[in-house]
Amino acid sequence: MTAVLDRPSTVDLPPARRRVSRRWRHRLTVLSFMAPAGIGTIVFFLYPLLAAIYFSFTRFDLLTTPRWVGLKNYVYLFAHDPVAHKAAWNTLWFVLILVPARMIAALLTAMLLTSLKRGGGFFRTVFYLPALAPPVAATIAFVFLFNPATGPVNGVLSWFGIDGPLWFDSPAWAKPSLVLLGTWAVGDLMVIFLAALLDVPKPLYEAASLDGANAWQRFRFVTLPSLSPVLLFAAVTGVIQTLQYFTQAAVAASVASGSATTGGGISSTFGYPEESTLTYPLHLYVQGFRYYDMGYANALAVVLFVVAFAVTLVLLRRFRAFAGGRP
Amino acid sequence: MLRRLLVLTSAAVFVAAACTPGTNASDEIAPAGQEAEGTVEFWHFFTDREGDAIDQAIAGFEKAHPKIHVNVTAGQDDAKMLQAISSGKGPDVGLSYSTDIVGKFCSSGAWRDLSPYLERDQVDLDQFPETVRSYTSYHNRRCAMPFLADVYGLYYNKTLLQQAGFSGPPTTMTQLADMAKKLTKRSADGTIEVAGFLPLLNFYEHTPQHTAPMWDAKWLTKDEKSAIGSDPNWPAMLKWHKDLVDWYGYDKLQEFTAGLGDEWSADNAFQQGKLAMAIDGEYRTAFVENQTPDLDFGTAPVPVADNQTDRYGAGFVTGNIMGISANAKNPEASWELVRYLTTETNVIVDLSNSIRNVPTTTDALNSPGLRTDERFKTFLEIFANPNTSTTPPNASGPKYVEMAQEFCNSYLSGASTDLTGGLKDLDGRIDEALDLGR
Repeated sequence: MTAVLDRPSTVDLPPARRRVSRRWRHRLTVLSFMAPAGIGTIVFFLYPLLAAIYFSFTRFDLLTTPRWVGLKNYVYLFAHDPVAHKAAWNTLWFVLILVPARMIAALLTAMLLTSLKRGGGFFRTVFYLPALAPPVAATIAFVFLFNPATGPVNGVLSWFGIDGPLWFDSPAWAKPSLVLLGTWAVGDLMVIFLAALLDVPKPLYEAASLDGANAWQRFRFVTLPSLSPVLLFAAVTGVIQTLQYFTQAAVAASVASGSATTGGGISSTFGYPEESTLTYPLHLYVQGFRYYDMGYANALAVVLFVVAFAVTLVLLRRFRAFAGGRP
Repeated sequence: MLRRLLVLTSAAVFVAAACTPGTNASDEIAPAGQEAEGTVEFWHFFTDREGDAIDQAIAGFEKAHPKIHVNVTAGQDDAKMLQAISSGKGPDVGLSYSTDIVGKFCSSGAWRDLSPYLERDQVDLDQFPETVRSYTSYHNRRCAMPFLADVYGLYYNKTLLQQAGFSGPPTTMTQLADMAKKLTKRSADGTIEVAGFLPLLNFYEHTPQHTAPMWDAKWLTKDEKSAIGSDPNWPAMLKWHKDLVDWYGYDKLQEFTAGLGDEWSADNAFQQGKLAMAIDGEYRTAFVENQTPDLDFGTAPVPVADNQTDRYGAGFVTGNIMGISANAKNPEASWELVRYLTTETNVIVDLSNSIRNVPTTTDALNSPGLRTDERFKTFLEIFANPNTSTTPPNASGPKYVEMAQEFCNSYLSGASTDLTGGLKDLDGRIDEALDLGR
């Protein structure tokens, strides 16, 4: 209580000091409101990031003290690890194919739903439902459905005289099979696109029609620019998520290879068949938690962070130009 | 601004370095004659039927050592154990399913050096075969003790062999290939219905690791460099597999294996009669007894390369291993538990009888209490064969084996066509990868 009573009143201070004190109080108030987010950022983002950068220059196995090795991990990554290059290519493939495929599938579904006169609510629910399926369960179900020997998909294809591919058991078809899985569960994106589509002002379409615009031109010059913020959001989050593509690829490889239940620990079958589904994060995980090369795993993580950051920046700068907005 | 950034980075690096886990264990032990007591945290990977057998063994230990209480945690894998040890919260005693971790756990000190305990308590290591001794130590640091062993042999379906006119299993690789072809049944469109033998090196237990000893193909040189590119037995082994894969058709094999059941369930292809011959561990005898008791099958050593018939009878061996964590809270009681489970004859025999793994000590192998029959006896004989071998321990664990596995898959599928060049390239890549773990 004494402290409170003894505290000098700002009223008695000269105007200049009063202003400074008020400014400091204002700053403290702002800082105290920002503190939870700030501490969270420092503890859960900044510190791990800087620690990862530090460990990426070391040999580190979780058990012994890290040993500084300079750029050796990066040299190995860029010059001597063809599996990392293959994993990077697989991830890039998913970014180039899976992200646009999901966006197009979600946009088409949303446009279809907006054009429905009746039963919109029902179909909205039906198309959204796959997004609720847990990724692991959905992947296991897909691998069984697309099993080349016992799965119903190849069974149905054979009715039409089509000799179905090996799907998840073929190096050429494993990635496209995962894309099919990804486009099946686009409910999350579809809902966002649907809301954005319903938000496009109707008079714009009427004006375009009066100006003689056909359906494609209305889509290109009215719908697309109106959707550009949402498309940008979908592209950025889609690319970042796909750069971290892990669960579906890991589960599909383990189940398709028939080794999902062997022993314990981390599956040695990631990437099956023939590393075709080995994504960059999977390679990172195996290096870190199967071989305990934590220094190298951190180097992989740092490169992934730099790439994700750069891609996001480029997308932010370029996407608006494509969608008809300002570059 | 730059100065602030530098200060911030330096601080973070300092904190990162300061927060780095490590293992600083003392290898000092108590003098002889002191009775251990207290609680021991014990992690193992077994579950279900095998987990029950461990619980029974632990109950026996607590009865024999009333002052020691064991807290058992089942279903733990090596990665969890390593992370727990590095954070200082690991178990006192760990049981791993694989010898892959011996190199890493011994060289890093994650598991204690057991030599002082062995010397103090005069435990005779000669009771273990040389191969077993080799896979439980690394660079002369004995950080693990063998807890039962897995031995690999050839399983054959007697009914299918008799139907095809064969009276016994093959002993050479040429015989194996010939029998595999004759035992294979296809439908009119060429789809495989029953395979004589599956030559894909990533199917069930048919892996390079389990097959290389049949060609005497070496993995590493004495200075722990890859020997794969310079050992002529590797191309011979892969060529044999490739010829058989091509005879079946790679796509046909992929289609066939995709439709086969889970290895560890009753749907296992061998147990279901879809596979006439298969390489598998001794534990399969227990799976068959439990899941498909009507299957008429036999066991034999895996056939060897045609020019190595004198080595017939040898095979691949690996095993479960036990060790004491560097930061074990009660190392003396932990050692009592490890010693009890790995050297007490009656305990080993009981565990072998219930889990159906091969016991690792001479006394247990010769014990009249060991439940054995003709099928299981095959594995005891393979285990005792002086040419039986394992993959050498390495600080990078299974990395070199898995890199070789990937190359084998790629060669058998036809994606890699240059066998000699590919193996040489693999040599270089393995050496560089192993260097990361040093």
